[in-house]
Amino acid sequence: MSVSGKALHIEKLTVSFDGFKALNELTLDVNPGELRCIIGPNGAGKTTMMDVITGKTRPDSGVARFGPDLDLLAMSEPEIAQAGIGRKFQKPTVFEQLTVFENLELALAGNKSFWKTLFARLTPAQHNRIYQVLEIIGLEEQHQAQASILSHGQKQWLEIGMLLMQEPELLLVDEPVAGMTPQEIERTAALLQSLAGEHSVVVVEHDMDFVRSIAKRVTVLHEGHVLAEGNMDQVQNDPRVIEVYLGA
Amino acid sequence: MPPQYTLWISARKDTGTRWFLGGLALLVVGTAVLNLAVPASSAIHVSTYALTLVGKYLCYALLALSVDLIWGYCGILSLGQAAFFALGGYAMGMYLMREIGDRGVYGNPLLPDFMVFLNYKSLPWFWHGFNHFLFAMLMMVLVPASLAFAFGWFAFRSRVTGVYLSIITQALTYALMLAFFRNDMGFGGNNGFTDFKDILGFDLHSDRVHVVLLVMTGIVLAASYLMCRMIVASRAGRVLRAIRDAESRTRFLGYRVESYKLWVFVVSAILAGIAGALYVPQIGIINPSEFSPINSIETVIWVAVGGRGTLYGAVAGALLVNYAKTYFTSTIPEAWYYALGALFVLVTLFLPRGIIGLLRGRTREARTERLRVKTNVAEPSKE
Repeated sequence: MSVSGKALHIEKLTVSFDGFKALNELTLDVNPGELRCIIGPNGAGKTTMMDVITGKTRPDSGVARFGPDLDLLAMSEPEIAQAGIGRKFQKPTVFEQLTVFENLELALAGNKSFWKTLFARLTPAQHNRIYQVLEIIGLEEQHQAQASILSHGQKQWLEIGMLLMQEPELLLVDEPVAGMTPQEIERTAALLQSLAGEHSVVVVEHDMDFVRSIAKRVTVLHEGHVLAEGNMDQVQNDPRVIEVYLGA
Repeated sequence: MPPQYTLWISARKDTGTRWFLGGLALLVVGTAVLNLAVPASSAIHVSTYALTLVGKYLCYALLALSVDLIWGYCGILSLGQAAFFALGGYAMGMYLMREIGDRGVYGNPLLPDFMVFLNYKSLPWFWHGFNHFLFAMLMMVLVPASLAFAFGWFAFRSRVTGVYLSIITQALTYALMLAFFRNDMGFGGNNGFTDFKDILGFDLHSDRVHVVLLVMTGIVLAASYLMCRMIVASRAGRVLRAIRDAESRTRFLGYRVESYKLWVFVVSAILAGIAGALYVPQIGIINPSEFSPINSIETVIWVAVGGRGTLYGAVAGALLVNYAKTYFTSTIPEAWYYALGALFVLVTLFLPRGIIGLLRGRTREARTERLRVKTNVAEPSKE
């Protein structure tokens, strides 16, 4: 967890599905320690962009680098995760059959090969780390509960907790506050802001109030490329943005 | 001071394992004692035929255990597990054939009877070494493991999953069956190997040798069970369950899913191979029908009936279904496959967690309900 961190550099990424261009020469830079919000109407390519960064989707052309020398397009999903990019999915995806504690344990940073995990035991430091995260996400009481019985909001929090356990340098967070109560949204905003600086954070979100409350810099995607970039006021007053997205 | 959380709760309070080991010991020792110490005239005497049946069931139980490890815990539904079982069996069979020596019908000191019959002039290269038991033992493990490794390497790297994987495992065992049916393969064609005389110098027709084989099978099954239990209770075991339930999510946490699947598949193939190797000397024959696709499917049914994802459920299912099979095929043989099919449908519809799930259902539900109540009471509200 270095304060300097690595920059994310994306250049002219193009992804097409059956002729439809989900990403169209997308170029984007995220600086180390930055908190960036990405907004855009449905189908603008937000999730596809995250899929490319995390290795799930291979682009037709373009560049995606993490730091000066990591070529994300040549790496597999686990390699990218191990290199320090963590992701929270749009639909909360936790391991339903495992307990809350076990979910966090599996997310723990470290060697993740079969033979290592076969004989792995939690060190006191790791144990304390899980405890800290349980406290942050407010699920100490439920640590032995199967993740399947958690409420939607609690699953969101558990997944954020798993992201924290990974200690990534870059967090990709897809719609973190969907299904949360106003108090929970407030806590999430505070948490994401506290993470920025030490980590780079990229948040994709529909909730405009939420974006306004956390974002310094906002990128608007439209039809697979960047339509506008700047602070919230600049973006909201941009006539092109008003036309395609906010104006309606 | 943070509270100490218990992670290995199931391993510590594992009453299932105690019941399993106790029951297995009782079955094996009881059968052996009732065979050896009770006179044949007594009503509670266990005949050597019945004792061999128990030995056979235990080999099937080990095969079922190997299926549960990959299917119940990692979601790999192999419909070709019998291939590894048969390969282990063939490795044992080759040793037993060489052990016959010049006591065969044709009296050839080097060539087994079927080779003399098929006009072989010399021993094929892959038969060398099988006159040594240790070498044969190594092959019982190495051959299934290598095949599983090669197969898994390609299948899992190409991300073949679900029903597609099941179909190619089925094709694998079918292809092997066809190959082993050929006379020029050097494995005795459709007759396979039989007429074994002895193992390590002990007469295979003696009751005592059968008792020893049964006890060995029991010990191997118990050891395999404990090894599987260790795997599934480890963090690697939790990764396997994570892969089973959300494979791509597991990748994004930094786990190499292919490598986890590959290793657990190889372990499972080794267990199946050992089961086959123990099966052959007790049954006295191995032929290509052991590769038959239906065998692999039946094994999956045993696991489903017992309850997948519990390990002891697989063993219980194998014992129960095979006992039922022995009983039905001797009374109403034509009804057996209908009964088996009906059983599978009923279990899938009404007992998704098998017989073990039925037994455990009440306590599990009560526990989940308690946790659910707790969850509702304590909303995350603190700072």
